[in-house]
Amino acid sequence: MRYSIFSLLRQALRGHRDWTPAWRDALPKPRYDVIIIGGGGHGLATACYLAKVHGISRVAVIEKGYIGSGNAGRNTTIIRSNYLLPGNLPFYEFSMRLWEGLEQDLNYNAMVSQRGVLNLFHSDAQRDAFARRGNAMRIHGVDAELLDVGDVRRMAPFLDFDTARFPIKGGLLQRRGGTARHDAVVWGYARAASSLGVDIIQNCEVTGFLQQSGRVTGVETTRGRIHAEKVGLAVAGNTSRLANMIGLRLPIESHVLQAFVSEAIKPLLPGVVTFGAGHFYISQSDKGSLVFGGDLDGYNSYAQRGNLPAVEDVCEEGLALMPILSRLRMLRSWGGIMDMSMDGSPIIDHTPIENLYLNGGWCYGGFKATPASGWCFAHLIARDEPHQVARAYRLDRFARGHVIDEKGMGAQPNLH
Amino acid sequence: MRIRCPFCGERSSSEFTYAGAANGWRPDLDGTQTPEQEFEAVYLRDNPAGPHEELWYHVFGCRSWLQVTRDTRTHEVTAVRFAKDAAS
Repeated sequence: MRYSIFSLLRQALRGHRDWTPAWRDALPKPRYDVIIIGGGGHGLATACYLAKVHGISRVAVIEKGYIGSGNAGRNTTIIRSNYLLPGNLPFYEFSMRLWEGLEQDLNYNAMVSQRGVLNLFHSDAQRDAFARRGNAMRIHGVDAELLDVGDVRRMAPFLDFDTARFPIKGGLLQRRGGTARHDAVVWGYARAASSLGVDIIQNCEVTGFLQQSGRVTGVETTRGRIHAEKVGLAVAGNTSRLANMIGLRLPIESHVLQAFVSEAIKPLLPGVVTFGAGHFYISQSDKGSLVFGGDLDGYNSYAQRGNLPAVEDVCEEGLALMPILSRLRMLRSWGGIMDMSMDGSPIIDHTPIENLYLNGGWCYGGFKATPASGWCFAHLIARDEPHQVARAYRLDRFARGHVIDEKGMGAQPNLH
Repeated sequence: MRIRCPFCGERSSSEFTYAGAANGWRPDLDGTQTPEQEFEAVYLRDNPAGPHEELWYHVFGCRSWLQVTRDTRTHEVTAVRFAKDAAS
């Protein structure tokens, strides 16, 4: 059923009796053209674009839990393309443009809201760095505005501007950035993919790969063997575990990142605000909760929960930026498992094993990349060549010395 | 998460700095390693879900380097010893 104001009115008059499930919960078939492992945003977007753009509809997405139960359901929903390096900028801007047309394309309300992303700076040196980043963005056709402290004061008067240690000197604003509703992105892609014939198979965990003379020919799962011409990995924090099943060691460590929501309050924050003196980002959901997060806990983890020192650190940074938070109660916190790559940038590439493709290393920037990641991964699988905007995301770039290190941290994944 | 330092006793993990997997192998600087070996040492990780051998530095304590065995699925620390003892 196509969603529109008319279908809504029609159903309202009939007492909403005729709504059907948005997508099919499929049973595994013995054989597919392509299997995508991982029913998160990236996996479902890949399947959707394989069917929609490349006409490959014998596709299965297999998911060990329920769709969107991994990092797609465990993020802070921020979308933006305010990067610095030429390897990243065209990709994230492509993603931003897909976000801008996503709801019309999928016929699904993903609550994409371009409410602006404001990165604050607190010193003259940081202003220079942000001006440079803003210039790089504009050279690549991305919107960027350097604001002085007066502009920031008008946008967000509740920030602590005059602390002696970290006075706010201004900010770099991307007005087209903002937020989207994470679950709706998953459901929207699932619905679009399912309507094009893609099988979405839940509660189906991959336990091994089927191989024949060095080529992958399918997967072994908890619901039996499934054969496929090509297999794509889009499993975020579990990338190394899956790769390990087929003897691949990857330039990835899994780390836990926590995020938080407060109780709901009246509209306060105009958009996304980030604290430049530490690592803290905050926005307000449409329900009114403040959604915020900070750094990784900093050690390898698959636990989907973190420890208290990181909670304390995030809350301290929040209070340093916005003293108004001090009497707000925290409602929930959660942890997601980030596939931290060695340069902080993702990998969309063939693996050394024939017919096995890798989409991973998203660190904690995967949500905003969802549409472009799916688009470029589908392109790679369908045509066996990287998409133009993802051509820097090769698996062999570490060995070749062509790393894309936005933060300049080197091979220390817990610092990216 | 708490780590029992062999010198200081049990302390909060916030006293320690994490330094990654204790692979026990670093490229020699004598020029005998191939670029492939150096690439593997610098960039590739086992990244297991389960017991993990890793290095922690007790920066706000005795400043010892420790080798810790910790389960990455539960954060349970099962063994801690001085890194120099673990290496020998």
